[in-house]
Amino acid sequence: MKYYLLIPFLPLAAFMINILLGKEVLRDKAHWPSILAVVGSWLVTITSVLPQVMAGKIINEDLYTWIVSGTFNVSVGFLIDPLTAVMLVVVTTCASLIHIYAVGYMHGDTGYYRFFAYMSLFTFCMLMLVMGNNFLQLYFGWEGVGLCSYFLIGYYFDKKSAADAGKKAFIVNRFGDFGFGIGVFMIFLTFGTLHYTPVFGNVAGIAGQTVNFLGWNVDLPTLIALLLFCGAVGKSAQVPLHVWLPDAMEGPTPVSALIHAATMVTAGVFLVARCSPIFNLSEVAMNTVAIIGAITMFFAATIAITQNDIKRIIAYSTCSHLGYMFLACGVGAYGAGIFHLYTHAFFKALLFLAAGSVIHAVHTNDIREMGGLKKYLPITYAVFVIAGLSAGGFPGLSGFFSKDEIIWSAYASHSSVGKFVWVLAVAGAFFTPLYTFRLIFLTFHGKHRGAHHGEQGGHHGEHHIHESPKVMTIPLMLLAVGAVAAGWVGIPPILGGGAHFTEFLAPSVGHPEFHGTHAEELGVMALSTGIALFGLGLAAFLYLRKTDLPEKIAKTFSAVYNVLYNKYFIDELYNFTIVRPTVWIAKNVLVAVTDAKIIEGIVNGVPGAIGRFSGKLRRVQTGLAQHYGIMMAAGAVFIIALVLLLR
Amino acid sequence: MEQVIMNQLSYPILSTVIFLPVLGAVLILLSRRSWEPSAKWIALGTSIATFFLSLPLFLNFDKSTHKMQFAERFSWIPEWNINYFLGVDGISVLFILLSTLTAILCVLISWESIKMKVKEFYISILLTTAFMIGVFCSLDFFLFYLFWEAMLIPMFLIIGVWGGPNRIYAAIKFFLYTLVGSVLMLVGIIVLYLYAGRTFDILELMTKNYPYTMQMWLFWAFFAAFAVKVPMWPVHTWLPDAHTEAPTAGSVILAAVLIKMGAYGFLRFSLPLFPEAAKAMTPVMLVLSVIGIIYGAVICLGQTDLKRLIAYSSVSHMGFVTLGIFALNSQGLEGGILQMLNHGIVTGALFLSVGIVYDRTHTRQIADYGGLASVMPVYAAFFMVFTLSAIGLPATNGFVGEFLILLGAFAANKLIGVLACTGIIIGAAYMLWLYQRVFFLEINNKIAGLPDMNVRETITLLPMLILVIWIGVYPNAFLSFMHASVQHLLDRVNSGGMQEASIAKTLMEVVR
Repeated sequence: MKYYLLIPFLPLAAFMINILLGKEVLRDKAHWPSILAVVGSWLVTITSVLPQVMAGKIINEDLYTWIVSGTFNVSVGFLIDPLTAVMLVVVTTCASLIHIYAVGYMHGDTGYYRFFAYMSLFTFCMLMLVMGNNFLQLYFGWEGVGLCSYFLIGYYFDKKSAADAGKKAFIVNRFGDFGFGIGVFMIFLTFGTLHYTPVFGNVAGIAGQTVNFLGWNVDLPTLIALLLFCGAVGKSAQVPLHVWLPDAMEGPTPVSALIHAATMVTAGVFLVARCSPIFNLSEVAMNTVAIIGAITMFFAATIAITQNDIKRIIAYSTCSHLGYMFLACGVGAYGAGIFHLYTHAFFKALLFLAAGSVIHAVHTNDIREMGGLKKYLPITYAVFVIAGLSAGGFPGLSGFFSKDEIIWSAYASHSSVGKFVWVLAVAGAFFTPLYTFRLIFLTFHGKHRGAHHGEQGGHHGEHHIHESPKVMTIPLMLLAVGAVAAGWVGIPPILGGGAHFTEFLAPSVGHPEFHGTHAEELGVMALSTGIALFGLGLAAFLYLRKTDLPEKIAKTFSAVYNVLYNKYFIDELYNFTIVRPTVWIAKNVLVAVTDAKIIEGIVNGVPGAIGRFSGKLRRVQTGLAQHYGIMMAAGAVFIIALVLLLR
Repeated sequence: MEQVIMNQLSYPILSTVIFLPVLGAVLILLSRRSWEPSAKWIALGTSIATFFLSLPLFLNFDKSTHKMQFAERFSWIPEWNINYFLGVDGISVLFILLSTLTAILCVLISWESIKMKVKEFYISILLTTAFMIGVFCSLDFFLFYLFWEAMLIPMFLIIGVWGGPNRIYAAIKFFLYTLVGSVLMLVGIIVLYLYAGRTFDILELMTKNYPYTMQMWLFWAFFAAFAVKVPMWPVHTWLPDAHTEAPTAGSVILAAVLIKMGAYGFLRFSLPLFPEAAKAMTPVMLVLSVIGIIYGAVICLGQTDLKRLIAYSSVSHMGFVTLGIFALNSQGLEGGILQMLNHGIVTGALFLSVGIVYDRTHTRQIADYGGLASVMPVYAAFFMVFTLSAIGLPATNGFVGEFLILLGAFAANKLIGVLACTGIIIGAAYMLWLYQRVFFLEINNKIAGLPDMNVRETITLLPMLILVIWIGVYPNAFLSFMHASVQHLLDRVNSGGMQEASIAKTLMEVVR
């Protein structure tokens, strides 16, 4: 029995049920099909698929032939190897908890059934993405999750900012997919197939080959790898296509947690890891991945420090952490990258859901209107701190082990850019706790600054703030367990563990060779941990002790602050160089000049004559059929005459 | 004839699907004007009967052969060697089914919106359908040309009589454009007739080799007719006017079937008859296609009229079709044929959808809408699926077609493939922007309180929705029709020795 088919198709069934029956029949019970489906997928993953994969069995089966044309032949098929198994665990676990949380968070929303329908559709597409055994199915899932992201970002579609953000996410991703799609074409032209097994099996044959691409002779593996990476850059919100992710926070918070933290945005990392045999052939491609990752990690972290929207801060943090994962892949440590993907899913989903719990209580996203919430939201506060510590790399928690493995990999790898990205990675280790705890301190500590609560005497208003219901807090607590302990499966040997996680993944993504002594490894670990603790301490100093200092710093360095606060003006840059010129050309050149004047003028030949002709005919409307008939007759006469004459 | 498989069914299926609508039209003509609803009931009954009678084409089609099937052949005008010769292969068969389906939907969508000259309207619809089907299954050039021209009459009337405020201008423009192209094709047909020893038999003409220069002249003569119909850039400007002014059913017929004839002409005639010329002209055709794709897409960003936007998007989508055809490999060709079908389904569905709200609001201005998803949620869901197909999202039909076309184009020429891919980005931009302005944001007062789709309207859109998903998830059900015929076509294009001959010599031969 192909039990594994239940994993993607249960959520698809839930989507169908909700889209057909949700509005009229299920209504406020619309969460049931979705939750049952995703928990079902989780159970199949944990009880059936994962044990098989751990026992060394790899599933690779075609379901049916999807598209055939000439020599092109691609199936809908499934590959479940260790890499997919990890993704399945991440996706089904996070999705299950987030679905349950959403019952509380979305309670009473007018589009309740629609929300759960989209969530199920998303889960289906994400599972198809990670389970596919060929590039086209990957692309199917890839576009599918992008579509659901579009739906869910723009969930509150009557709000312009939400509708704009959804559209922006979709279109920016299309830029990445443009490269990805061409990469898929190149793979077909090179290997004659899109299925992973034959492609990766023959990949050694293309090492060192060059190909003429648009007039340039380029290294074939480099070209394919970089084209695929374009897609990853878009989907995983890396520089320069990161601009959609912060805006995506317009969606409901469970969406941010599931799609824009735990699962969809990590698809890019999954893609790179899945295609590791291709990337490994090209040093240029690997270095590009590492550097793009490192730059995004650093760049997003610096922006996060200055933002005031609770969700946007976490979104930039997500960009930054995704940068870490790419950085790891780029130095060849795919296992470390996926390990971070796995721990990140827990602590970042937790951060988002906890932020959602705060928003649920205070009805604002602006941390300047929060403060002092610790006593009202004790559970939320506790899990927020746990998630923050895990994200910041506090020793012993999940995030610590994965981040440490990445930093050590960067240091110890053979990569020619390893040391460079290592420096940035360590710097990033300083920023993460700084912005995370800035957020925590401004939200939960100090005095409440909420405007509408404060006016009528703070106490009166603050009493309305209360902890979220159990259906929300229980998922928070379960995720907190993950944020603490999920990383324990990958404790490095030097700390007495077995690095089981990367060992498990080795059949899928290989095992990098490191050079470095135990002393160096401990030194690197101590350095990054020390820096992280320094960041934490600085946050405490600035936002608990000298609370007037941050503003002074911002004023003193107003130029730098403004650049960071305005996100390096990247949105404005794109708007002025791409969006506006294109629309301007459409309206003022193509519509007004080329089509209306030039083509109508030249190709018509006699536009004026048509106008006059039609003007006359307008008066004899009923005669049109006869006119046409005359012309037909004339045509027939013409044929007959010609045939007779030429006989 | 060894090249054809005669019709084995108990009834002459192709003649039936052509002449049943004609019979329906005659019945309407004879019906009493005092009871006008009879017209639409007769039209509905006829079109449904035609559709069901055309189904054996889908079910009984022999996919293993490239030969013409369900053929019928009678001598018609023996003096000129003109035959009544019908048949379908994997390239044409699906368009007949699309035509018979479209006819039903056109009748349904016009059910309440056509209030003037009702009898004449349904007669025009039925006749257009009949002639269009005739075009797709004619295997005799004379018969083909007859259908090709005859189709224009009812179509011209549909635009000119039941159209919008500027209908006369649009109808005449449509008519003049297509007529000029057709006349050149007519000359080409006569040249072929004389050169090949006085035969209009298309299959026989395809077995001959023509001198290169002659091929070149004839290629351009036929090009004039087909490029206008597609329409290819830069002869596309009749389309936005015709689409915008036509009544909903007219736009649907135009989009779903009529403009497919241009691309069909390239496949049926230009490639197999003039393979050398077609190959030589491939770069030109690819470049024109890419310009059409990008130009048509960018210009959509500047549109303020719903129907006009969808009309321009047709220019872009049909650019993909010609791109695939002239990639001259099986992925490109099959993708092109599938995309013709897809475009018929999706753009047809989009025009049907626009018709549904136009009946309620009587405005096509995008700015008059907004927030429609809150007002008409079921309608919004349907429109969303068609939008997604238009932007080529996987699991919709649009993806399969565009993917195969781009793959084929990329294999033929990387630069062309890459440029065409940019059309996908812009396509997403204009369609999603359109969707946002119509369906999202706050509810525009002008559309507040509109009723959602009724049963008739839902039934009209449902077949299209099913096809979008069916082709998207299991395209082989449709692609498998094409394999043998496309392979045969490719063999024909790639074989056939180059024959050089001067134009003077050609003309001499012709004239003598």
